[in-house]
Amino acid sequence: MPVLTENDTRIWRRRTTGKSLVLWFGWLLGLAAFVVCWQRISGATTWFFVQDAPRIAGDIWTRATPPRWEYLSQLGKPIWDTLNIATLGTLIALVLAVPVAFLAARNTTPSKLIVRPIALLIIVSTRSINSLIWALLLIAIIGPGVFAGVIAIAIRSVGFCAKLIYEAIEEIEHAQVEAITATGASRWQVMAYGIVPQILPAFAGVAVFRWDINIRESTVLGLVGAGGIGLQLSASLNTLAWPQVSLILLVILFAVVISEWVSAKVRGAII
Amino acid sequence: MSGVGTGTGELEALLGRRWRKPAFIKRPALRWALALGFVVYLIAAVLTIPVDWARVYDGLDRGMAFIGAFAHPDFVSRGSDIGEGLLESIVITVAASVVGIAISIPIGLGAARNIAPLPVYLLCRAIIAISRALQEIIVAILLVAIFGFGPLAGFLTLSFATIGFLSKLLAEDIEAMDRVQAEAVRATGARWSQWINYGVQPQVIPRLVGLSMYRVDINFRESAILGLVGAGGIGATLNTAFDRYEYDTAAAILILIIGIVMGLEYLSGLIRTRVQ
Amino acid sequence: MLQLKKLVKTYRTGDQALKMIDLEVPDGQVLALIGPSGAGKSTMIRCINRLVEPSSGEVWLDETELTRLGAGALRRARRKMGMIFQEYALVERLTVMENVLSGRLGYVGFWRSLARRYPQKDVDEAFRLLDRVGLLHMADKRADELSGGQRQRIGICRALIQDPKLLLVDEPTASLDPKTSRQIMRLICELCAERGLAAIINIHDVALAQMFVSRVVGLRFGEIVFDGGPTELSPDKLTEIYGEEDWEATIETVEDETEEAAPVAAVAP
Repeated sequence: MPVLTENDTRIWRRRTTGKSLVLWFGWLLGLAAFVVCWQRISGATTWFFVQDAPRIAGDIWTRATPPRWEYLSQLGKPIWDTLNIATLGTLIALVLAVPVAFLAARNTTPSKLIVRPIALLIIVSTRSINSLIWALLLIAIIGPGVFAGVIAIAIRSVGFCAKLIYEAIEEIEHAQVEAITATGASRWQVMAYGIVPQILPAFAGVAVFRWDINIRESTVLGLVGAGGIGLQLSASLNTLAWPQVSLILLVILFAVVISEWVSAKVRGAII
Repeated sequence: MSGVGTGTGELEALLGRRWRKPAFIKRPALRWALALGFVVYLIAAVLTIPVDWARVYDGLDRGMAFIGAFAHPDFVSRGSDIGEGLLESIVITVAASVVGIAISIPIGLGAARNIAPLPVYLLCRAIIAISRALQEIIVAILLVAIFGFGPLAGFLTLSFATIGFLSKLLAEDIEAMDRVQAEAVRATGARWSQWINYGVQPQVIPRLVGLSMYRVDINFRESAILGLVGAGGIGATLNTAFDRYEYDTAAAILILIIGIVMGLEYLSGLIRTRVQ
Repeated sequence: MLQLKKLVKTYRTGDQALKMIDLEVPDGQVLALIGPSGAGKSTMIRCINRLVEPSSGEVWLDETELTRLGAGALRRARRKMGMIFQEYALVERLTVMENVLSGRLGYVGFWRSLARRYPQKDVDEAFRLLDRVGLLHMADKRADELSGGQRQRIGICRALIQDPKLLLVDEPTASLDPKTSRQIMRLICELCAERGLAAIINIHDVALAQMFVSRVVGLRFGEIVFDGGPTELSPDKLTEIYGEEDWEATIETVEDETEEAAPVAAVAP
């Protein structure tokens, strides 16, 4: 098809004329969509402020440096809280995610028609919604504090972990399960000997990966009142205490780097 | 091979002995220290979390009310706010994804050690590291402080975050690609741009499309929280709904977000199968 | 004694994998099941221990009818039938010892198996079996560190520690090289003889089957088309089982290989 005959000579082209027209039309449509979106953003922006932005940025920079190092002494407890929110949230999420994953995987679900769609709904709804929104919701229900943060992180992570684990369960080698079944093992023994060893590496990887993400997320939960170092960030921002803001940002950056390093180490040790 | 194995002495030594699964961590001292440390940490962590159980108990009613609200979500009474907010979220998502993807392609190429010279590589890796280390919401706060309230700050935030995410994965992909194919193209005497076009692009494009769709999905989810700090989108409406305990409206917004994310996931599944 | 009576398996797609199979395997007899791919060999042995549910018919192991057993009784019946698989089907991330002991799962309770606290006599038996197949020194290695032939030996240990009456063997040599294949087949047949076990060995290598077993059953399109001694397999019979092909060549190589096989046996300790 891409070879056309034109004036008795055969010309090779990558696409036929129709195909390239469709392709160009697609690009045009995409471009038009982008232009429309850009115009809306532009319309909602006060460009006078934007022209002033470099000066404001410079202003913030001079106010924020040097960071107020002595404030560090007050950050011990918030950092501890942040770590706890991430770790306990991840642990709770993993405990909840495992049964959901087994109910959602095609090869282990007890019923494809009823249970599996419910499990999938739990997965998609918990992971579509950001942990900050879960935190907002929980604060409205159980009041502000670290506890709301832990639960928010846990809910957000259930869907994420369950999705990755159930994909791992669907990829296991069926022959190993069959072999354990053939020995006369019970349902739970088949689970413990045939399935669990096969998904254990994936499980450990998911746990560490999510813990790393949760450290990042728990640093900002305080912005809505759910505990951790974000509370101090929010307070400093509200009082325009820029030297404290810059110190907190440095601490957060440091925490993120450390958590990434730890998770890379642990993953290396497991796999 | 069919005889009695390696010698009966070894077998005699083992018979009657208890068998234990070899431990994952070989050194017993380290093993116990880790286990004990973990338990101590857990106890300390749980004890330092203040939980006002009376408040939680009071909250259960509200929690039930919220769950009940999903049965009768209220799309109407704040219909125009919801519509505006969602539209703005979508607009931010689309614009930020387009710009972010467009910028992350050259940076991704530059961050792949096998095709970029060292100075370019270091520069691109530095950009990626900064973008990944900063939380979206923190970037949004700073950009709102600089550019003022509105969707521009949100758009810039998500573009910046997209660069860190996509460039890193793209660079890793290029570094892991099949050298032979690329070398074959190079051997024909192709120049650098042709080499990228024929040797690298065909191997990387399918993954790039998949990752881009995934990032669009993430961008939409993130755009829902930008409003909390004044960077535009549905977040502001949602925040107001929670503040006023308007659970019916909040439920409606959450249902819409979940619906759109599911739609995006379905779409990206379709596109991914077509590209591969 | 194993008896299959009018055994039928129809898959949901409508494919009839087994059509009215009648077969008797007396105690201690090793039987090779040959036939082209898709003839129903695999389905047949899986219908015996009900990894695949038969559509109709009966399976008798001694005095028990297996097709009507409930879950608990089926598990107890499965303990009496060891199974050996084509791709070994070891649990790769568990150690060799755990894989062997997993053959005892039908006998120990869930919590004991989870804590890996097997009765001492099971542990001793596992060591004896590992010694018998020459892999005692591998006991604490992980299964995925082993070579193909070694893995299949562990698979054999796992089946034997069940203390079975019958071995169901599904293409034991399909992923092994010719020399290892022969060693594995010899090992299986020797162990069956030592312990007086009956075995059904699914195998596509006709020459190998003829070398080791006393009875050959040919399956084609879910029906038994041959049942007799290995020497009765003439080119005509093979044509009936597998379809048209030049069988003289195959049978010649059989003789070559038997001659070559003798020194190998002599070398073995």
